[in-house]
This record gives sequence, C-alpha cells and structure tokens, in this order.
Amino acid sequence: MSAAGAPAAALPAHRRRPSTATVYAWELRKLARQKRAYVGFFLAALVPVIFVVSQGIRGHHGHGQAGLFLAQVTQSGLATPVVTLIFMSLFLLPLIAALVAGDIVAAEDGNGTLKTILTRSVDRGQIFAAKVLAAATYAALAVFLAALVATLAGVIIWGFHPLTSLSGTVVSAPKSLALIAAANAFYLIPLFAVVSIGILLSTVSRNSAGAVVGTLGVTLVLAIVGSIPGLGGLRPYLLTTQYSAWQGLLHTPTDWTPIVESVWVCALYAVPCLLAAYLVFLRRDVAGG
Amino acid sequence: MGSERADGAPPVRAFSLSKRYGDVLAVDAVDLTVQAGDIYGFLGPNGAGKTTTLRMMLGLITPTAGHAELFGRDPMREGARALDGVAGFVEAPRFYPYLTGRRNLEMLAALDGGDAAERIDSVLELVELAPRAVHRVGGYSHGMRQRLGIAAALLRAPRLLVLDEPATGLDPAGMRDMRELVRRLAGEGITVLLSSHQLPEVQELCDRVAIVNRGRVVYEGALTELRRRGGAGYRLRTDDDDAALELAAAAPGIEDVRASDGGIALSGQEQAIARLSVALGRSGVAILELTPELATLEQLFFRLTGEESSDAGAGDEVAALR
Repeated sequence: MSAAGAPAAALPAHRRRPSTATVYAWELRKLARQKRAYVGFFLAALVPVIFVVSQGIRGHHGHGQAGLFLAQVTQSGLATPVVTLIFMSLFLLPLIAALVAGDIVAAEDGNGTLKTILTRSVDRGQIFAAKVLAAATYAALAVFLAALVATLAGVIIWGFHPLTSLSGTVVSAPKSLALIAAANAFYLIPLFAVVSIGILLSTVSRNSAGAVVGTLGVTLVLAIVGSIPGLGGLRPYLLTTQYSAWQGLLHTPTDWTPIVESVWVCALYAVPCLLAAYLVFLRRDVAGG
Repeated sequence: MGSERADGAPPVRAFSLSKRYGDVLAVDAVDLTVQAGDIYGFLGPNGAGKTTTLRMMLGLITPTAGHAELFGRDPMREGARALDGVAGFVEAPRFYPYLTGRRNLEMLAALDGGDAAERIDSVLELVELAPRAVHRVGGYSHGMRQRLGIAAALLRAPRLLVLDEPATGLDPAGMRDMRELVRRLAGEGITVLLSSHQLPEVQELCDRVAIVNRGRVVYEGALTELRRRGGAGYRLRTDDDDAALELAAAAPGIEDVRASDGGIALSGQEQAIARLSVALGRSGVAILELTPELATLEQLFFRLTGEESSDAGAGDEVAALR
C-alpha cells in the first residue's frame, strides 16, 4: 500500500487546519448539487416571466404602491422589477429562502452525514457558520436572480426609460436601476431574518420539511397578526412589516425611516434565532445516522 | 488544556464514561484503555452501548458523566483538535448521496486540511473503488459504502482507526476482505478500535478486548487472559441424558450443568469429573462420550453477558482458542 495508510508518526507541529471559508465553499457546492436549490431559482425566475407575459395581454390599472408602478409598466421596463419585488417579497421569496435554510442542517440529520463531517478537522462552530453563510448566500442569489430576470424582461419589452417615484418626481433610468439594485439589497435584511428562523428550526427540529413549513408558518402568523384590527400597535415590530421597508427608496428624497427601523427589528428576530441555533448545534448529541 | 499533543498518551482512554437517556443508563461508567499498536475489540451484544460509547469518544455525544481522551485530548473540550490522528466511523458510514464517491472524498479531504487531498487516489485504489468513484454514492451498495467509509478514514492518515461493526452487512467475501484490510492496516502500525457483536471477527483480529453488556464493561484485558480465566469445560453424552443431567447437577464439584447440542455441557476439576463418571456407571447410565473442551470465547462471552449461548451461537462454529 502507498502512503495512504501509513501512520503519521509525528504530526506536524502546525497542522494546516481548514478555514471556515473552505467549509463555506463546500456548502455552496453541495447546494449546487441539490434539486431544491434549482426549484427555488426556478420559482424566483418564473414569477417575473409570468408577470411580463400577463402584462402584455391586460390593461394596466391598480391601486396603492403596486398600482402606481403597475400603471408605469408599459412606459418603462424598469417598473417590472419594482412590481415583482412588491409581490414576491411578501411570500414567495421568504418561501425560497426557507426552502434552503430549513433544510441545510436538518438534511444532514436525515442523511446521517452530520457525524461524517463532525469527525474531521473542523469545529462545530465552523460548520454552523458555513451553513448560515451558505443559506444567506442562496437567499441573496434568489432575490437578485428574480430582479435580474424582471429587469431584463421588462427593459427588453418596454425599454429603458425613467420612472415616476411615489413622491411624483421623475427619476432617470440609470438612477432607477441603481435604486432597484439597492431595493433588492435592503430587502435582504428581513430575508436574512427569515433565513435565521429557518436555520433555528432546521437545527432544533432535525426535520427538513418541518423546518421549511415551520418557517413559512412563522411568516404567515406574523402577517395575520399584522392584519388583525386592534393589533396595529404591533405592526412596526413584525418581521412581515419589514418585507416592504425597502419601499422607502421609492420616495424622493429617500425615506430612510422604514429601512433603519427594519435593521434593528430584523436583528431582534435574527440574532436570538442564530444564537440559539448556534448553541444548540454546538452542544447537541449527534446520535442519528 | 494546551495545544501541545500529549505524546505517549494512549490512543484511547475512557474515564467512567456514562450516558443516560431518561431512565435508561445506556452507558454505565465505562473505563477502558486502548494502547498504541492494539487491535482492540469492543465486543458486546447489539444494544449493549457500544456505539453510544464510541460516539462519546469521538465527541459526537456529550457524556452524562465521565470523559474520554484521544491521545490525551478530550474531544468535548478541544473539539476537532482532539481528533487529530483519529479517523473512523460509527454505525454505517454516511455520505452525500447526490455527490460522487470521489466528490465526497474531496469534500472530506477539504475538511481535513493538510495533505489529505493528495491521498484520494491511493485510498480509492486501496478499497478497490477507483472505477466506481465517478458514480454517485446514492447508487452504491452497502458494501461499497463500507469501503468508502474506510477510504474516508484513511484520508486522515490516522494513528487510531475507530471502526464500528465494519463487516456488518457484508457478504462472506466482503467480510474476509475487510478483516484482511484491518489486519494489514494494523500491521502498518495503526491502532485499531474495532467494535463488533461478532465473536469470530474479534477472535480472529483482536489481541485485547473490552466486553460490554447493558452499558457496563464486564471484562477488559487480553483475550488469552480471558480464556485462561474461563477454565475447562466437559462435554458428556450418555444413553440416558435426563438421568445424567440429574446426577451431574447433584454431583459435588460439578458446575454449569446444562443440556447442550445433543449432550450435556458441564465444568469441574478432573477429580470431580472422575467421580461423576463412576456415579453414572453405578446408576446404570452408560457413558458414550466424555471429552474435555477448552472454553470457547463464545462460551465465556455468554457467561459474561448472561445470555443463553444456544440462541446466537448455534450455527456459528467458534473454534476454541488454543
């Protein structure tokens, strides 16, 4: 036999230990080999396409913030990503984020592979951090994929023209594009809170389907709470309220209040969830598989 | 604890390792020491707590009490660092079914750091999986997964190899290959901790054993010492076994009398056996066979674990250790 089985008589004094970045890269590679990742991407790309197609065959009218941009859809292709983000931000994108976040720890329980990776040369904390980063990366990719598809489809069909903001001012096309990119980036704040809830449920429940559905359940319950008359006082503190915080960017000048609020409100959800998940992951017995 | 490796510390030491699940004490104050160079058998019936003990040793499960050290390092306190030089698997080795065999090893090598990745080709060759390494693990047979498990362990160039029932579920040829491989690795100086419920496997491979039953270590030491302690047994066949059984049970100095395999098994000193033969003749019971038998490991095992040997051992011819 070759050197493979030869005992390391003396280990090098400074054995090169794997970095968390290495573990993270492999978490992404594993995601890239899983069907659910593509199901999420497919859904993220599908809605903008459906929207663009449907707008070709219907009149444009509506109400509220979505309505204002719906009315502009055929005047500027840049209205499309705004409208699709308004629609997708409430349920579909949290679902896509939950699809991976709820699975990323629990799947290893189901496969019995947690014991496989925990008996190598990386610490539990490194694995946990890599998983959180991978789930967040996936959510961000899904958001920007949807935005990219919507922007391209919109611009190809309706052109690269200025938009009218919620304040009634005309915003140049390049500036609108920058605002759209920023809007999607700010939407990631509440979405990362969703990811954190998904990771916690994934770690605690050890059941992928349960964690995914549970994460959506939390979003749904919060949405219902927000719509119950008399509970309006709670609204600013609900995660679901933060799903639309990015719309502060649609005002001129930008209304930063909802965005700043969303940062700390989302932290109130994300930090305890991640901390609890981390502690559970660090101490839990890996008895399955 | 410092980062320096306590050289000279034994590969495995367990100090009163215990694990309680609710009312069940799955592992009860297990103490054991695996010395460098041992092929150490961790033997016990299914459900005796072997796997739970191994999981605690590898830091996968937190002990309720006690602790374990690998080369002097406690995995509960030092995490992955305590696993330097240690590799293996508990229960069946598990891999990502959607990745190929090679891809799985590449990932594990990345998590090992060092020069593990350079060993991928050679370990695949060693376990004879090289041609199948391009296929997804999801399509592998049980035996192939076991072999990939060994390959994954050897990526770490371990000084201690922990193998939990490595031959379970393999066909006879696979079992033989697995034992051959373990022997070969041990021959290269790797300490092996081998858990098994199969006596022939342990008897064939191991020099030292811990026998566990219901979470407790009932024997720890050399196999030869265990056999020596066991003493000699006799096998008796007569033309009237019922009467012989009764006489033997009542005879002074005769112990462990029981019907066994178309005859009677008993034990005692030579003088007592001689007196018994005379007593049988006087009572008109003719002796067809009275032969001394060295205790087999199997008998000792069942004596220690308090199980009935006719249950599991019947078809399993276990040679006495000579």
